[in-house]
Amino acid sequence: MIHQYKLGGYNIVLDVCSGSVHAVDEVAYDMIAMFEANDRDTVIAAMREKYADRADISDADIEECYEQVLALRESGKLFAPDTFEPMAGTLKAKTAGVVKALCLHVAHTCNLNCAYCFASQGKYHGDRAIMSFEVGKAALDFLVEHSGTRRNLEVDFFGGEPLMNFNVVKELVAYARSIEKEHGKNFRFTLTTNGMLIDDDVIDFANREMSNVVLSLDGRKEIHDRFRVDYAGNGSYDRIVPKFQKLVEARDGKNYYMRGTFTHANPDFLKDIQQMLDLGFDELSMEPVVCAPGDASALTEADKVIVMEQYEKLAELMLERSRAGKPFTFYHYMIDLKGGPCIYKRISGCGSGTEYMAVTPWGDLYPCHQFVGDEKFKLGSVFDGVTNTAMQDEFASCNVYARPECRDCWARLYCSGGCAANAYHATGSVKGIYKDGCDLFRKRMECAIMVQIAKIFEGLA
Amino acid sequence: MEHIKTIETRNLCDSAKNGGCGECQTSCQSACKTSCGIANQQCENTKESK
Repeated sequence: MIHQYKLGGYNIVLDVCSGSVHAVDEVAYDMIAMFEANDRDTVIAAMREKYADRADISDADIEECYEQVLALRESGKLFAPDTFEPMAGTLKAKTAGVVKALCLHVAHTCNLNCAYCFASQGKYHGDRAIMSFEVGKAALDFLVEHSGTRRNLEVDFFGGEPLMNFNVVKELVAYARSIEKEHGKNFRFTLTTNGMLIDDDVIDFANREMSNVVLSLDGRKEIHDRFRVDYAGNGSYDRIVPKFQKLVEARDGKNYYMRGTFTHANPDFLKDIQQMLDLGFDELSMEPVVCAPGDASALTEADKVIVMEQYEKLAELMLERSRAGKPFTFYHYMIDLKGGPCIYKRISGCGSGTEYMAVTPWGDLYPCHQFVGDEKFKLGSVFDGVTNTAMQDEFASCNVYARPECRDCWARLYCSGGCAANAYHATGSVKGIYKDGCDLFRKRMECAIMVQIAKIFEGLA
Repeated sequence: MEHIKTIETRNLCDSAKNGGCGECQTSCQSACKTSCGIANQQCENTKESK
């Protein structure tokens, strides 16, 4: 399968199954589109007819182009067949029972009251609660015990607002550091915070211990303060931005992400990206809101048209800034064409419920943070392990080939089938797809690959 | 005349032969967690010649 598109002045051809990316001239672009379904004479005749008025394109050029396309096919870089389906479940089967990442819900409570919060203001449709050290310690022990030969273990301090339980976060990190060497492990911690409680102590700790920090900022003040308000209804922008700036400055090159959400209120989210840049941040992420179709913040079809344009303009902005020596990172456009994941990873789907689980303040295990609060998805607990094996099996069998809609999608090896939670909320099945998300994802991949090509051509890579 | 410029990429078919160590970051495409999908991950297999 191939995918062809034109963007940023480039004619781009993706060979889905080999992972090859080609930037081609217009003759090759047209020729490749008809190559597989026609014989040589038909292809060459069609190209001669199409380019008959072009003095710069000779018959010899067209024949030469045909040979180049043919050579790529012979070398497996064009029209490579999909032979991966038998491997679809092998990675998960090989690592069955191995857990390598936990999302610790250290605080089911929040000091903000954001209307669009998927976690119902941190409570996950349940009671407010914070995780005790004992529960957190049991979670870390569970992770180490079930991590097999896996060395790097990921732990995300999540909420609600995790800094509302900062002392336990610190104690858990200290505990993890005290046991990692003896077990041959390396903990990588992430903190996701709304910023309200950031102070010098948090900054020092985060910069010392957190591999990554995710900082929630929606961009422009009026956009941010529309949803991200405290319980008195006051916007949080003016309180958090100086804290974020101080944290990022002190981070000294370690990873962080300014992470925003765009909604029906700001499909023109590039203005929010620009605002983040103006504030001095350069590792950025803006995500489309995920909510019920009738929700006031949901993106409409008209919004989606705007968002698609914004993605293209974002790609242009990234290139402009790179040329000017002021590059920035947009998380969804990060793509490592040379060193990305192997095919096993690409087809195995999201690791939720198998290698990745969420832990509630009470120690219950769920497939991921998005399922917390929906009792039927409870997998077990950090004390008893996974007891709902039928549910875990459902997640283990989730992969690219388990989703019929993915079979004809050119982006399937870039997304691996997408988010199980989004699929469930959209269709009632974790093996469904979230179509709106797919449409935006495909656009992002087109833009991301174009940016990579442009950087190579312009010597910016 | 070069009609096609092929960008250097990882050959996915070849990765079937020696990939699958499972050491890579867990993918999560949930919007609330800065969607770490497959595309923006790096391979962490230090033993494999990619």
